[in-house]
Amino acid sequence: MSVRNLDFFYRNYQALKNISLDIMENKVTAIIGPSGCGKSTLLRTFNRIYELYPGLKAMGEIMLDGENILSRKQDLNLLRVKVGMVFQMPTPFPMTIFNNIAFGIKLYESLDRQVMVERVEWALHKAALWDEVKDKLHQSGTSLSGGQQQRLCIARAIAVKPELILLDEPCSGLDPISTSRIEDLISELQSEYTIVIVTHNMQQAARVSEYTAYMYLGELIEFGHTKAIFTKPEKKATEDYITGKFG
Amino acid sequence: MLAEGFKAEAGSRAGSANRAWIGSLFELISGFSAFLVFCLLLSIIATLVVGSYPALKQFHLGFISSDKWNPVTEEFGALVPIVGTLVTSVIAMLIAIPVSFGIALFLTELSPVWFKRPLGTAIELLAAIPSIIYGMWGLFVFAPVFAETVQPWLKAHLGKVALVGMLFQGPPMGIGVLTAGLILAIMVIPYIAAVMRDVFDIVPPKLKESAHAIGCTTWEVVWHIVLPYTRAGVLAGIMLGLGRALGETMAVTFVIGNAHNLHASLFMPGNSIASTLANEFTEAVGDLYTSSLMYLGLLLFLITFVVLAISRLLLSRLGRHEGA
Amino acid sequence: MIGISPYSRRRFINFIGLAFSLGAMIFGLFWLGWIIFTLLRYGFGGLSLDLFTKMTPPPGSAGGLLNAIFGSLVMSLVATLIGTPIGILAATYLSEYGRRGWLAKVTRFINDILLSAPSIVIGLFIYSIYVVSVGHFSGWAGAIALSLIVIPVVVRTTEDMLRLVPDQLREAAAALGSPRWKIIVFIVYRAAKAGMLTGVLLAMARISGETAPLLFTALNSQFWSPNLNAPMANLPVVIFQFAMSPYQDWHDLAWAGALLITLGVLGFTILARFLLRKKRYE
Repeated sequence: MSVRNLDFFYRNYQALKNISLDIMENKVTAIIGPSGCGKSTLLRTFNRIYELYPGLKAMGEIMLDGENILSRKQDLNLLRVKVGMVFQMPTPFPMTIFNNIAFGIKLYESLDRQVMVERVEWALHKAALWDEVKDKLHQSGTSLSGGQQQRLCIARAIAVKPELILLDEPCSGLDPISTSRIEDLISELQSEYTIVIVTHNMQQAARVSEYTAYMYLGELIEFGHTKAIFTKPEKKATEDYITGKFG
Repeated sequence: MLAEGFKAEAGSRAGSANRAWIGSLFELISGFSAFLVFCLLLSIIATLVVGSYPALKQFHLGFISSDKWNPVTEEFGALVPIVGTLVTSVIAMLIAIPVSFGIALFLTELSPVWFKRPLGTAIELLAAIPSIIYGMWGLFVFAPVFAETVQPWLKAHLGKVALVGMLFQGPPMGIGVLTAGLILAIMVIPYIAAVMRDVFDIVPPKLKESAHAIGCTTWEVVWHIVLPYTRAGVLAGIMLGLGRALGETMAVTFVIGNAHNLHASLFMPGNSIASTLANEFTEAVGDLYTSSLMYLGLLLFLITFVVLAISRLLLSRLGRHEGA
Repeated sequence: MIGISPYSRRRFINFIGLAFSLGAMIFGLFWLGWIIFTLLRYGFGGLSLDLFTKMTPPPGSAGGLLNAIFGSLVMSLVATLIGTPIGILAATYLSEYGRRGWLAKVTRFINDILLSAPSIVIGLFIYSIYVVSVGHFSGWAGAIALSLIVIPVVVRTTEDMLRLVPDQLREAAAALGSPRWKIIVFIVYRAAKAGMLTGVLLAMARISGETAPLLFTALNSQFWSPNLNAPMANLPVVIFQFAMSPYQDWHDLAWAGALLITLGVLGFTILARFLLRKKRYE
């Protein structure tokens, strides 16, 4: 996926200014920066989830599979099948664990019961949750712990077989043990999926990502290999932020 | 490669369940339902205006100030029911406002936590009891007791006081304007108390704590901090209760006495707009009689509309400025 | 010391104020207790098998309230069936589609007014647009009038409940590529279902005791009246007529009917509260 000259507006306020970057396939890209810098906004343009609210507008180009997903012709629902998303707080649907996963699949595929069961199991395996829930697939998704709920949401995103998975601060509400489980999961998933993760936790970005983008006040300050960004950043602003000198 | 495989699948996916028309239809019918509600108010007003047209043409606005009500000579005026409606509602508010305040204060500041919910529910049940039950109870149980105890006492102690005295003249019959007002008070207390409790609850605890911290008593905190902070909401609750009292039908019909008379004394029977409608509408003969009743209904609706609109506007302002 | 109340005086005022508050609370509970006691005292004796198996009698003979109970149940049911879908859909528009649009804003305002508007005016309205045009009173007219009372209650509670559903849940469903209507029907409704049911129960509680809108619409009937297209017997109006009559046996039936209605209404209300409380603890 490649982003070119992306601007984003909340009514009259410009939240993103002329962003251009390339998201590498089958790699983890982290977006970091202080709160309010526009990192979540950027992520939310990748599946155009912002369209749920009136008055928000993105301009520029985001190319995915040779098409500009910002174009009017783009079917939003089909875009979101290609681009999965996991949110800051776990968002299990008010239904059973099984149906939480099956819901997304049923939207676009009609599978036999048996195939569906296999698919759900596959997704739960991928999200490293199977062993913990295999005996209670028909209990409510809200009965799980926070960390399990978040992995359920990841499983749900994987189940529809997206190309790209967007993670919006997926660990911010979780304890350290759950966080490290999810970080391990991200590392495993990158062989098959392209992942973009927004995080305010720089250690996390350093641990899980191969590429890092640093944003500040709606602008992309620096983008490159994570190693390079964290060891010898090109820009002074990035260095200040990384080393903690920044506000 | 991944993308290739995906595209092949996406082709079959798109065909299976993407029926956009269902979404459009769903949005359309939900929008239409909202539009129905939107139209309802205007339709009610329009229907009442059309229905009251003969009376409007005959009596114009003089209807409001005329105290005649004579089906035989076909002379109609709204003064008696309007006065009855207003007087009963004023009596109701005089009693209900302080009591509701006391209840809300008790529920928010005094009651032990475990007791708040049952007490709150009990007060809400007072609102759930159908008005016809209030009417029956008022007529058969309350009125006789009232006539034997409170009314003679009022007459003996206030009946000879200048000015106020004329409100408490005549035989203590139990039914009448005062009884109707008192029962209305009981009926609207839960509405006013509920709003007051809710707005008292949104006062930031820090504000109350800091007042306590400089040595205010609970009463002073409520009187000087909570009440000023929530006055828009309190007023909205009062207007809501007033709107209810003005339009209440069955309970008033049972106990007001249904007499087309104007009396200074609150012991005497009277009439309210709603009780006149309940008693006379199905028996009204002739266009002018029916349309005069429609005219009454129109007046009632307009009065309650204004009162309730004020209540809503106050509450929505509260929502904006005070974070309700 | 002028201008500063001595501490003892302030404490005394505090005491009076709080005592008044306690008094107000007792005042409120006193009436509730008295009314319920009255209903039990006069109504309980009338609860017999006859009440549920015999028709309303002429004065001076024995009978029951079967036709009135039946009529009330039918009209309440029809009113709920008409009012609930319209109310839920309208609330869906307000919460999901319209939100800040002018139609949603004005409709919300109008709905709040209708919620407390005098119910007798609803009776006049249906009389004018329905009863007059078909030429006679009918159960349908009564049911439609009641449904106009159901709608605002359902709209208000449903919208409140839909708004409690966090936007993140909607986003999460949208992020899977779910079309908006599926988000609403399968996610939002499901998350809010206890609250929505509460709204319907509260509406049913409201209409089971409503008398005023039935006076000019369903009217009443002394006989078995299962036809919705004719005047229909119903509990509230029967209670009204019987209670206002001079006959003792009619009074007794009215009390029994009053107790029935109150038990029904309180049952619905308490059930609704219970559901809502369960929801809050989840």
